Amino acid sequence: MLDPYKIREDFPILKRKVNNHPLIYFDNGATTQKPKQVLEAIKNFYGKYNANVHRAVHTLSQEASELYENAHEKVADFINAGGMEEVIFVRGTTEAINLVAYSWGLHNLGEEDEVIISLMEHHSNIVPWENLSRMNGFRIKYAGVNEDGTLDYESFENLFSSRTRLVCISHVSNVTGVINEMKRIAKIAHDNDALLLVDGAQSVPHMPVDVKALDVDFLAFSGHKLLGPTGIGCLYGKQEILEEMEPFHGGGEMIREVSYNPATGRCSISWNDLPWKFEAGTPNVCGGVGLMEAVKYLEGVGMESVKEHEVRLTEYAMERLRECKKVKVYGPRDVSSKCGIIPFNVDGLSSHDVALFLDSYGIMIRSGFHCAQPLHQRFELKSTARVSFYIYNTREEIDKFIEVLKELERF
Amino acid sequence: MVALEDYVARIEETCGDEKNFIVIFKYDKKGEVIAKILGKAKKEKAISTIIFELTYDNVSFRLYGTGKAIFRGLKNKEELKNFLSKLIM
Repeated sequence: MLDPYKIREDFPILKRKVNNHPLIYFDNGATTQKPKQVLEAIKNFYGKYNANVHRAVHTLSQEASELYENAHEKVADFINAGGMEEVIFVRGTTEAINLVAYSWGLHNLGEEDEVIISLMEHHSNIVPWENLSRMNGFRIKYAGVNEDGTLDYESFENLFSSRTRLVCISHVSNVTGVINEMKRIAKIAHDNDALLLVDGAQSVPHMPVDVKALDVDFLAFSGHKLLGPTGIGCLYGKQEILEEMEPFHGGGEMIREVSYNPATGRCSISWNDLPWKFEAGTPNVCGGVGLMEAVKYLEGVGMESVKEHEVRLTEYAMERLRECKKVKVYGPRDVSSKCGIIPFNVDGLSSHDVALFLDSYGIMIRSGFHCAQPLHQRFELKSTARVSFYIYNTREEIDKFIEVLKELERF
Repeated sequence: MVALEDYVARIEETCGDEKNFIVIFKYDKKGEVIAKILGKAKKEKAISTIIFELTYDNVSFRLYGTGKAIFRGLKNKEELKNFLSKLIM
């Protein structure tokens, strides 16, 4: 079992005070704090290995290239991908989804086609498809969400037709923490000859994710939500699909040859191998190195232990929140079907008031729509406050959070 | 000449249907700003020096001891800035 007190020693930021109170960081759904191992890896890279990758024959470039390739291998292993050919480094989940939209969707979705999305999606898994739909004219169908925040599987299944080409859905909701049954969704999608793109931003950092076992076609996630640096994330894609796709960005690194033909006055271009075909320009090498270290750290802790710890914290927090008479919690009560995210409101106060009050006591939580406006509309909510836990959070922090909430209830 | 910008570090329009404005006062001026606001606005209720429910010029708002305030019911940033000018200048 994971020891959060031992883990906390690795996170320098958790030693600081905010507004004269010890920092309690409950905004892990937005981003996570970084262990000293990741901070050291970043410092070490710029201090010892910094060079452009895949460009030069000199020693430093070779070392940097090896580190960057090792990072791909490590991430591939972490999600059980077939190899680094299936792991494309991007800026984050948003860019990964946009990559699929513009590299696959732009060339494969037309006026006769349909894409299924759910109402619980983060805007990053809605906006690229709505944008592309306006360009290509395909139809988007939204799967409904039940009263407890779970996916309405019956309505979801009924949306499929012979025109369905793609399903875009989150593995875990960033608002309710609901875990969608991805194997079941993959089977439904594939039985209908549709591809499946999974937003794994809230699942990959918090539970074991095996792309082969889940049989997903694409998986998008961010490094900064799993202890890594910002500006680095990953798109997993099945190799046979990635091979068929056009590149997203054009430039250096992603090409094998750019040959000028005087007869035509044009250049003929051939693409580089996977994954480099999708990584145009000088990549975020240091970000990749930091992400590799973050993955190593999580592997050391064990993803089963990460999930178990969060379930325990969520169970405890849900139980203690029942003591707060003015607090209404949203989403499923059954903790086994969710990750460590709890959305709530306090009667008579906006979510932003709740967040500002907690901030006065050094407790960082999120307020607003959490980039998921359609889900809030579904529940007729103006906004919600949200706590989200990670490996370094403790029951004592939850006790303090409840104590402050109770004080706020007196207002 | 003292300007509003000397006191205000950032204004954030919140997401959500509520369209609130959150004003973050400059850290080194927050004591002065809080004293000015409490001197002018009517205190409706409070919890210690942590949160104050206040009204001024028919606008209701909440001020936090951390040097932040949340304003509701104002149409846009311009209206907020005019209101803040009257409140703290």
